[in-house]
Amino acid sequence: MSTVNATLPGVFYRRPSPEQDPFVEVGAAVQEGQTIALIEVMKTFSEVKAEQAGTIGRFLLDEGDEVEAGQGVVEVVSP
Amino acid sequence: MTGPGRVLVANRGEIAVRIIRACHAAGVEAVAVYSDADKNSRWVQLAEHAVHIGASPASKSYLDVEALLEAARSTHADAVHPGYGFLSENSRFAKAVQDAGLVLVGPPASAIELMGDKATARATAQAAGVPVVPGSAPVTDLAAAQAAADEIGYPVLVKAAAGGGGRGIRPVSSAAELAEVLPAAQAEARSAFGDGTSYLERALPRPRHIEVQLLADDHGNVVHLFERDCSVQRRRQKLLEEAPAPGLHDETRRRISEAAVRLARHVGYRNAGTVEFLVDEDQCFYFMEMNTRIQVEHPVSEAISGVDLVAEQLRIAAGKPISFAQEDLVCKGAAIELRINAEDPDRGFAPSPGEVTSFDLPGGPGVRVDTGLTRGDRISPFYDSMIAKLICWGADRDQAYSRAEQALREFRIEGVANTIPLHARLVGNDKLRSGPVHTTWLEEQLE
Repeated sequence: MSTVNATLPGVFYRRPSPEQDPFVEVGAAVQEGQTIALIEVMKTFSEVKAEQAGTIGRFLLDEGDEVEAGQGVVEVVSP
Repeated sequence: MTGPGRVLVANRGEIAVRIIRACHAAGVEAVAVYSDADKNSRWVQLAEHAVHIGASPASKSYLDVEALLEAARSTHADAVHPGYGFLSENSRFAKAVQDAGLVLVGPPASAIELMGDKATARATAQAAGVPVVPGSAPVTDLAAAQAAADEIGYPVLVKAAAGGGGRGIRPVSSAAELAEVLPAAQAEARSAFGDGTSYLERALPRPRHIEVQLLADDHGNVVHLFERDCSVQRRRQKLLEEAPAPGLHDETRRRISEAAVRLARHVGYRNAGTVEFLVDEDQCFYFMEMNTRIQVEHPVSEAISGVDLVAEQLRIAAGKPISFAQEDLVCKGAAIELRINAEDPDRGFAPSPGEVTSFDLPGGPGVRVDTGLTRGDRISPFYDSMIAKLICWGADRDQAYSRAEQALREFRIEGVANTIPLHARLVGNDKLRSGPVHTTWLEEQLE
């Protein structure tokens, strides 16, 4: 299992926009480099990507939570 | 009514400071609001009262309508000034403020709603006799789109009817390209705005962005405070604005201002607002949109007109007439505004939050700095990147630019990357100084 950490401080989002579905749900398979969340910093959005293939274990933050740089945002279970 | 005695400032940063100053000059008390991140901020210290409204993300504080109304209730404020951004162009907020028995220092909810919808705003401008960019009705299939494009003439822009802020726009230069682009544009519009309706508009080559500042009151007075040129943009975000617009024929200047006033009268507008136009190489102008709020770049209009726009907003909200007539207004000199943002121009304008360890402001004749920041403050990742606005006025355009060059040499910000070095290059640029430039000029320079 690995934890993906935020590289920037900001606001955490699991959806591309408020009206849309989350990028991925818990239990879903993800590929390396796949976008799994967004962090908004000063109105600019940065993508959080899976660092390796696996399955989404759990999210460590809720939609709209504040996040610090280096803080874990999601756990990915290795295949 | 006698006018508000206490105004809730439903915003943060430099515009909150600006509004509080105008309140105090008018003998009105100010109530500041703040999120967790803004607890020790300058506007909180300047206001008579301050209310904590929630967590740092804007969705949990500055965009929380109920928290703002409760802050107004608990401090017995009788008016709300929304500033710009956040809820300033949200008609539901405007209505909620009015329903709560408070005065909104802004336009009626109906005007915000009318101008907020792109297609309706365009139709309204046409009905008011204000030229719009030649374009089509909404198109749903390719045959209709190609027929419309043939009529308008290529190149055209495919735009999302529900779009805004420059999103969902695709340039197209041929029928074949239109066939390729239309399905993707419709899918993108559906995904971004929940509405796949597209329409076509003629693509103007090298347009300028020129906008007219307006004030309108309850007594039938609508005045313009001349025009601003906001063509220096990156990704449709303004970086430098000036007033008056350089190189505009007197006749164009007169007609564009008259068109803006005509539109404001047509929609029963009240308070401060701005009508934005695209102006082509032949100085033909076309309505783009109306901003139903005070804008970031309002100080350049203040500098050339001598009018305090926020003070007039307060007067108008109090039911009083605008304090001057159109014929009293004289355009004096020239002014430019530079947006100093915490972004690194050398790294693709990457945001640069962090602590401002050094903050030395410039001064001198004709130099004004609007900021919500003091040394030691943190530039928060939660809000936009603006650190300060530097506004320089001169007896003519050359003096305004020279003063800006000098002011930028004095302006020292340390701790975060910022746009001062870029501005220093810009104000010394011969092409810009001889003016005018078009809306993609800066991006071409940066390439």
